[in-house]
Amino acid sequence: MNFYFFASPATFFRLAGAMAPLLFVAALASGLAGLYLGLFVAPTDAQQGEVYRVIFIHVPAAWMSMFIYFVMACYGVMTLAFNTRLSAMMARALAPTGALFTFVALWTGAFWGRPTWGTYWVWDARLTSELVLFFLYLGFMALANAFEDPRRGDRASALLAIIGVVNLPIIYFSVQWWNTLHQGSSVSFKGTSMHVTMLWGMLLMAFSFWMYAAGAALVRCRTLILNRERRTRWVRALS
Amino acid sequence: MNVAAEPQAIDAPQGSFGAGFAWAFTRDLMLARRHPGETVLVVSFYALVASLFPLGVGAEPQLLARIGPGIIWVCALLAAFLSLPSLFATDFADGMLEQMALSPQPMPSWIAGKIAAHWMASGLPLTVLSPLLGLQYGLDGATLGTLAMALALGTPVLSLLGAACSALTLGARGGGMLLALLALPLFVPVLIFGAGAADAAASGLSAAPHLSLLGAGLILAAMAVPFAIAAAIRIALD
Repeated sequence: MNFYFFASPATFFRLAGAMAPLLFVAALASGLAGLYLGLFVAPTDAQQGEVYRVIFIHVPAAWMSMFIYFVMACYGVMTLAFNTRLSAMMARALAPTGALFTFVALWTGAFWGRPTWGTYWVWDARLTSELVLFFLYLGFMALANAFEDPRRGDRASALLAIIGVVNLPIIYFSVQWWNTLHQGSSVSFKGTSMHVTMLWGMLLMAFSFWMYAAGAALVRCRTLILNRERRTRWVRALS
Repeated sequence: MNVAAEPQAIDAPQGSFGAGFAWAFTRDLMLARRHPGETVLVVSFYALVASLFPLGVGAEPQLLARIGPGIIWVCALLAAFLSLPSLFATDFADGMLEQMALSPQPMPSWIAGKIAAHWMASGLPLTVLSPLLGLQYGLDGATLGTLAMALALGTPVLSLLGAACSALTLGARGGGMLLALLALPLFVPVLIFGAGAADAAASGLSAAPHLSLLGAGLILAAMAVPFAIAAAIRIALD
């Protein structure tokens, strides 16, 4: 099969329709398993008590917020380099999910900060850069929809996504570069400083969020394809 | 008998970076000089907003000296933002931008020239005026010097990043507000290091790390951003 077979909106539409339910099922299954491990099996934290359990939502959401932006920027590069229609639609489809996860990370972080730091919000480097990421998502969506010609919005927002990618290393390394209130990472490739069930709960939740993000993006992309291609013969044949 | 015509090379004009830069720089500077109203507007907005803060937060000298550098930075940032929407939009509307893109000069050259002229007409007056506003806030001599230096390094970065957003929003609906949503988040690092430099000076620490980071940011932005703007303008002219 040709590598570029699914670059056509008509074939991708069917692929996305078949894949999205599977992704949602995977998200639900791993999410339930992750929540069970996190809320019932994982031990209570020695320092923070029960409140640390928000980690099972907070950390995966923060990971996804950065990862989705990175994927979006990659689709932006593909849009500008190969002038493909589908990659721009995928970038548009990812943006609302990315903004949602950024918001969830900030929101759960505020409720984690209140009992442990004594405040909902501090102007710490990681929190500020995550907030900037949220505005980058909003700016991306606003710019993509600001033009009469959707292709013009596609390409302008693709360039914006690429420019904004400089923020990602700043978020990721902010806890190392600046000595801040936000704690450093408990997980690294060399090993982990946390209990193994905690780690598994977190990884399962991250997998669940990842599958959800992919499924939601595919569903949204199908809508975009239908809207963009509504005058073509294959879309009319659908109805 | 006809002499076999030598294939004569058409005297194609050769573009060069320096010529393009100088041409756009002098043109935009002349335009700014012919319409001094815009620069006056930027500067008066800057001074006006900076004078509103003591009325809003209270005029205790200690408080003002503490928050002065940050406030002057935010005011400079907003004032620099004011003149951005028209940076490429007027040339885009009357077709000048297209002619410049067709010229043999490389696109980043005249884009860099336009940005330099924009900085001369907005960032430079803001920098020059900042010690005066700093005096109003009761900042001491060393802080005033650091603040002006940080602004001198930081406002060109604001002009460069803002110009990129201005080029991206050419022909977009809701231009001004959209530009604010795109540009202001990108200005955040400049604000942090710029205000950090003046804060460090005010508390007796060395401002050198902040100024070095601002300088590094300026070099990086000056090298990369004109090319990104060239891409954005090509998208707009498509």
